[in-house]
Amino acid sequence: MLAESLALTAALFIIGVMGVLIHRNAIIIFMCVELMLTAVNLTFVAFSRFYGTAGQVFVVFVMTVSAAEAAVGLAIIISIFRHRQTVNLKDINLLRG
Amino acid sequence: MTDPHYSLFYVFHFYLFGVIALASALAFVTRTSPVPAALWLVNTMFSLAALFVMLDAQFIGVMQVLVYAGAIMVVFLFVVMLLNLGHPSELAHPRGKWWKLAAGLVGLGLLSEIMVIARAKLPQQLIVPRDFNEQQLQKLNAVGTIAEPLFRDYPLAFELTSVLLLVAIAGAVVLARGRAAGAR
Repeated sequence: MLAESLALTAALFIIGVMGVLIHRNAIIIFMCVELMLTAVNLTFVAFSRFYGTAGQVFVVFVMTVSAAEAAVGLAIIISIFRHRQTVNLKDINLLRG
Repeated sequence: MTDPHYSLFYVFHFYLFGVIALASALAFVTRTSPVPAALWLVNTMFSLAALFVMLDAQFIGVMQVLVYAGAIMVVFLFVVMLLNLGHPSELAHPRGKWWKLAAGLVGLGLLSEIMVIARAKLPQQLIVPRDFNEQQLQKLNAVGTIAEPLFRDYPLAFELTSVLLLVAIAGAVVLARGRAAGAR
């Protein structure tokens, strides 16, 4: 089942990457990042069957970091929306020269 | 690879949940409105939790349902409702043709790269005996299997994680509260 898990992981990760590239809605882009993190978790779990349970510990760390990232990122989105009234990444170009 | 023999029941359900996860992810990434996208993503997370349980990581499966499907996606939906973004708008049209083409090329490149890496020879001396995880599960049960290496081998990372969470909480509150409450 290792090869199948790795193929599924790769497919899910690529779907996340393409979602980040295609979409303009900041919230959907954040969800794509979560999908990529979860795909990596599946890799850790699949390898932990052959390399011991340490891989599952790293999954716990990845989950913690992704939860923190979601909280801070959504707070940033709320803050931007308060100033610009939009979450469209095309209109958020404050740093463009 | 030293695959033990899996029953047809196991293999069927493994493929079933894998296909559900993949189809839900595709449906998720093609939605243009945030709420259906979030619900499809929840579906993906649930099927991945089922896969985690089938791969002998029961505690990770529970954490997946609680943290991802339960907490993170609820926060996403809460923000969508708070900002009133559920209705379609000019955001409904994603980027243009060239962006999609470039995204497809990047995706194909990354996919081929990952497939090449997946075919690489794995170091044999790191591989644990076949029933190692089952023995750990028998000896320490599902939570202890993770808790023992977590607190014995990675205590520094564990403590740093708590600092990270504290900073994230403080940062989220400060960012989301805005200037109006502080100026008073």
